[in-house]
Amino acid sequence: MSALTFTLKTAPQQSIDCRALTPDSLNGKSIDEIGAIKLGSGKSALRVSDVFEISGRDSQQLVFKNTGSRLDYIGANMASGSITIEGDAGAYLGSGMKNGTILCKGNATAFAACSMRGGLLTINGNAGDFLGAGSEGLRKGMLGGTVIVKGNTGDRTGDQMRRGLILIEGNTGDYCGSRMIAGTIGVLGNTGAYTGFNMHRGTLLLKKQPQLHATMQDCGTHTLPFLNLLFKSFSNYDSNFNKLNNQRVQRFVGDTAYNGNGEILVLSD
Amino acid sequence: MQINSMQINGIHIDDTFAEAFNMRGTRIIITAQNHKWAYHAANAMTGFATSVIGCGVEAGIEREMTADETPDGRPGVAVLMFAMGSKVLMQQLETRMGQCILTCPTAAAFAGIASEDMISLGKHLRYFGDGYQTSKLIAGKRYWRIPVMDGEFLTEETTGMVRAIGGGNFLILATSQPAALAAAETAIDAMKKVPNVIMPFPGGVVRSGSKVGSKYKTMFASTNDAFCPTLKGVVNSELSPDIESVMEIVIDGLTFDDIAESMKVGIKAICALGANSGVKRISAGNYGGKLGPHLFKLHDILKGSAA
Repeated sequence: MSALTFTLKTAPQQSIDCRALTPDSLNGKSIDEIGAIKLGSGKSALRVSDVFEISGRDSQQLVFKNTGSRLDYIGANMASGSITIEGDAGAYLGSGMKNGTILCKGNATAFAACSMRGGLLTINGNAGDFLGAGSEGLRKGMLGGTVIVKGNTGDRTGDQMRRGLILIEGNTGDYCGSRMIAGTIGVLGNTGAYTGFNMHRGTLLLKKQPQLHATMQDCGTHTLPFLNLLFKSFSNYDSNFNKLNNQRVQRFVGDTAYNGNGEILVLSD
Repeated sequence: MQINSMQINGIHIDDTFAEAFNMRGTRIIITAQNHKWAYHAANAMTGFATSVIGCGVEAGIEREMTADETPDGRPGVAVLMFAMGSKVLMQQLETRMGQCILTCPTAAAFAGIASEDMISLGKHLRYFGDGYQTSKLIAGKRYWRIPVMDGEFLTEETTGMVRAIGGGNFLILATSQPAALAAAETAIDAMKKVPNVIMPFPGGVVRSGSKVGSKYKTMFASTNDAFCPTLKGVVNSELSPDIESVMEIVIDGLTFDDIAESMKVGIKAICALGANSGVKRISAGNYGGKLGPHLFKLHDILKGSAA
């Protein structure tokens, strides 16, 4: 059975909320029923059939084609199945996702994986600000699951992150891991200013030496046994992180301005 | 004295059975910088754990593990621990983790068995970190990193607890003490290769088998006089005149089949020595079949039909 495919007819003038199009919500629905679903777009509601060409039948495998950055909330709250995006995605990609997999072959804008609880989100391009953070007003960010970004991310990556794993192969913007509560963020590229700002707990695993603010304290270089377990877990993912094998790290702890016990581990060369 | 109806290589196998009891068991994987320190930790953890009568738990090293087999890629050993109830097992595991594994240089501890019932491994031990402990959830399992003076102590939060069986046994009756012990050592060497079992007594062998009850009111177990060679003339002895020494091997295991296999391997290893080794009979300890729900009949085990 071929994947249920949504091909965008024309580039929208304003953002379209696609959260209704997940494997869970479309399960058992006919093409006509799917076409009649209303998608929010500003003050109006658009029929799915007016926005997308619909083909295929397998609602457990969704494919979005000809996409752009105005398709928001793709895969939001999904709990099963897979979504492949053959292009860019808008804001809130995989927001509140509970399980399943999302592969975005292009870039995603802000708040990807925000409040995510489980599953695997892979972004082959870049991600915007607040990747893995909480939605506006929430006191906790990502609560579980794994996010892999092959490109770069914006500011506030993992802001208030509570649990889960974010692996970034490129660079991050400023305030990476800010207000982080727990979980792990790995970055192979450079990190911006104020990395780990107001960090409470959790781990930032960096390949390159960050420029840290004064309240992140150097605790020396150590060989940490748990890294072997972490590296083993990376082997489950298609990522450059599964090349890591050096358990020797320089350990910074903080943010002491916040009485924090978070850690920034900088891998030795 | 029971009359034998089976003989292997000149050694008589009594038509009797070992009587075993339900227990709760767990497995812990202990790793360290090298096997030397993994054994230091494991030996400490399984020390004073020969019998639930006085030690709370029965524990032993199940086998050595290569670095490829362990969760953290370091050399390790697998330890099995058994108790009569879940509460005692949990208490003993936590105590022994705190005093024997946490304290041992470079040692780390991981769950060695999965089950629906999970018990604390490092869950409460983490408080030793005085607030500096760190939790990591990796591939669905929670670990604790506790800062200690040699670096970090790493432990999994919980391990599995399963229903198990304790008290499988057999007796080696020989014409001399050295002959009985040499045969017991041969059996233990063979039985150590069987997975899912431990022989918890010193060197795997116990020389002071017990019977239920005593002439003294405060004692609920006392020497198994029927198998004591120096009492042959004054008690209702199980021993013929030529038997001068008896050794017992006690086995705890995760399942009935594991214990039966272990007993079979051990007895066959002794029988391979032949009657010239000084071993005359193999028997087993029981309480008439009234106390333990699991009966390991020696003849059935050796014929491969025990169930």
